[in-house]
Amino acid sequence: MRIALFATCLGDTLFPEAVKSTAVLLARLGHDVVFPPQQTCCGQMHVNTGYQREPVPLVRNFAEQFGDPSIEAVVVPSGSCAGSVRHQHQDVAERYGDAALRAGVATVRAKTYELSEFLVDVLGVTDVGAYFPHRVTYHPTCHSLRMLRVGEKPLRLLRAVEGIDLVELPEADVCCGFGGTFAVKNAETSAAMLRDKMGHITGTGAEVCTAGDSSCLMHIAGGLSRIRAGTRTLHLAQILASTRTVPHVLTEAAR
Amino acid sequence: MSSPTGPAANGTFLGMPAVPPRSPYGTGHLRGERTFPRAAHDELDNEQLRRNLGKATHSIRAKRLAVTGELPDWEQLRDAGSAIKTDTMNRLPELLEQLERKVTERGGTVHWARDGVEANEIVTRLVRDTGSDEILKVKSMATQEIGLNEHLESQGIAALETDLAELIVQLADDRPSHILVPAIHRNRDEIREIFLRHIPGVDPALDADPARLAAAARTFLREKFMTTKVAVSGANFGIAETGTLAVVESEGNGRMCLTLPQTLITVMGIEKVLPRFEDLEVFLQLLPRSSTGERMNPYTSLWTGVTPGDGPQEFHLVLLDNGRTAALADRIGRAALNCIRCSACLNVCPVYERTGGHAYGSTYPGPIGAVLTPQLAGMHGAKDDPNSSLPYASSLCGACFDACPVKIDIPSLLVELRHQHTEQSGTTAEKLAMKAAATVMKRPGLFTTAQKAAGLGRVLAGRDGTLSRLPPPLNGWSDSRDTPAPPRQSFRSWFASAEGAAAMRAAAAEGARNTDDAPQEDS
Ligand code: SF4
Repeated sequence: MRIALFATCLGDTLFPEAVKSTAVLLARLGHDVVFPPQQTCCGQMHVNTGYQREPVPLVRNFAEQFGDPSIEAVVVPSGSCAGSVRHQHQDVAERYGDAALRAGVATVRAKTYELSEFLVDVLGVTDVGAYFPHRVTYHPTCHSLRMLRVGEKPLRLLRAVEGIDLVELPEADVCCGFGGTFAVKNAETSAAMLRDKMGHITGTGAEVCTAGDSSCLMHIAGGLSRIRAGTRTLHLAQILASTRTVPHVLTEAAR
Repeated sequence: MSSPTGPAANGTFLGMPAVPPRSPYGTGHLRGERTFPRAAHDELDNEQLRRNLGKATHSIRAKRLAVTGELPDWEQLRDAGSAIKTDTMNRLPELLEQLERKVTERGGTVHWARDGVEANEIVTRLVRDTGSDEILKVKSMATQEIGLNEHLESQGIAALETDLAELIVQLADDRPSHILVPAIHRNRDEIREIFLRHIPGVDPALDADPARLAAAARTFLREKFMTTKVAVSGANFGIAETGTLAVVESEGNGRMCLTLPQTLITVMGIEKVLPRFEDLEVFLQLLPRSSTGERMNPYTSLWTGVTPGDGPQEFHLVLLDNGRTAALADRIGRAALNCIRCSACLNVCPVYERTGGHAYGSTYPGPIGAVLTPQLAGMHGAKDDPNSSLPYASSLCGACFDACPVKIDIPSLLVELRHQHTEQSGTTAEKLAMKAAATVMKRPGLFTTAQKAAGLGRVLAGRDGTLSRLPPPLNGWSDSRDTPAPPRQSFRSWFASAEGAAAMRAAAAEGARNTDDAPQEDS
């Protein structure tokens, strides 16, 4: 299958390892992975902060970059960016776009998937042949959970990982407090939410907390680093891309 | 202060079309004095409050999930509730006129109040006409919203709340912090203190046992029920088809007020109307399960006009607009009027759980308050209007949408209100930054350059590769979180590099080997 990778602006710039793992994983599963080089950002930050006019060119660019009919699927290693493409692009296009943009958005949205959805629903795989001998807990990010309804899919993928010790996270479905600009505009409330989330994570004794969104993980990792908790964060793709041949080595510096 | 001065007001009318008149916004307790982040700052410091709230919301959440989970048709019920409310809002004028006709036919009197000021005046006049200077109150959000108790007090009329939690809040000269459990922020020991201090003749040996506390309040209230001639209530529902009003409650104190006094005055927000009597079937299942986690609330009182020789002999219905028509006129915002005030969204909200109801400033706290309040009262009442901070008081996690029995998409409404706010607030530093970001991101070349510049952040990072202090407005973030320094290489440059290409080739080769070993169904 010819798959286009949408790296997301945050993944591309700050968390390239998560995107590399996604690319490698998909290639290993026998697919042709392409990276439309003119891609940038889905515009979610704009929309969520209250700006629907400003992201119009971003939505247009997204539809153009991924609209190519030879692209069979667009895979995103982020629940919230996939959610934005599926649910917000249409709103922006309805409000400020022309007919062409509305049509373009509809086409692209129908073939855009978050990574775990793509693996389980489209490819029908739950065992990707990964090997990760560590104690891991999984945080279902809000947009994966409630906008995309990925449900058990990430957990099914994780359970199939060889050597993993997967521990349940108490109150997993409660928001970590990130919420994009919420963490800046209401920094103290966000920090209070983060404290409780970190308490639950460290309470599991996990070495690694994983999730399908680099943004939420950035928030959680930022807090864990500040309190010098030993727990690390890794994107789901990084665990799934770790194999016996090329294992992911847990070091403080690797990101 | 930018008060709208139309052409006629400044005397330079030149035949230009005037701005169409818009429905007035609501008055009363719909606006706080401080913005959400400021008020939240103080509440976050209150350890006791957070513990009380956390305990209460957790237990009620679990109860709600248990009783909604046991109904096989819960989702269909939610759909039905949502559909009935949407239909109601779409033909509100017609239904309200029908309600008025039916109430009048059954011996009641209907009054229309454009805002809180008018509603307060109407109620005051009605109470005066009875010759009484004290009234009993049935717990009601509408009268909270318009500040009825305070207004009556200023007019020499004493209003006593009869809902236990409302009474606690009233005695303590405090404000409610939850739609359903107004004293959720208080624990038993605090309540004991309040009773000892404020209930006349209470036993000084009173302990903090909930049953004893309730008994002390009951003794106090019974006396009042038997002697007071006028009661004021709100309404959960008003049925257009029959002119029937409905109040649901847990304690029975409401029913005392609805049946014992001579005169009953009900203040009802105009959005509370339902078309048909049989619609109650849906809402009497949705409401208690969503709000208290009970299968059915202990007391449901229904009354239609007056019945000679039984119950109040005089009945007045005050239909309150107070910004509701303004909300109704907004195509998108109208959905918020579907709310049945069950408070499920508060109980699941991680922001509410930590900041409490007072942080929202308004009568309506929590997720629905953050939507409803700016719609009812507007976001431009003052410079730096506290209401304009409410739509941002959410991480958009969506738990409220999942919990709402009438499926109000609160996150989308919050985003819409944020949009309305930024559209109206002129040029701000934030807007310029957003425009700049969009300009960079719409041009891939510029974006790549910006990525390289971001890489310079490594220079500022500490030895552990993190940035621990960021400049304003990001300093709030960096107060409790480290930020990773940007890595040496972006994904796109890795993918385009020889190293990236080699890695992808190796992965493909590995995939081909695996496929040979064990063919997969997907290739
Ligand atoms: S918005 Fe929905 S969940 Fe919240 S109080 Fe209203 S009806 Fe209940």
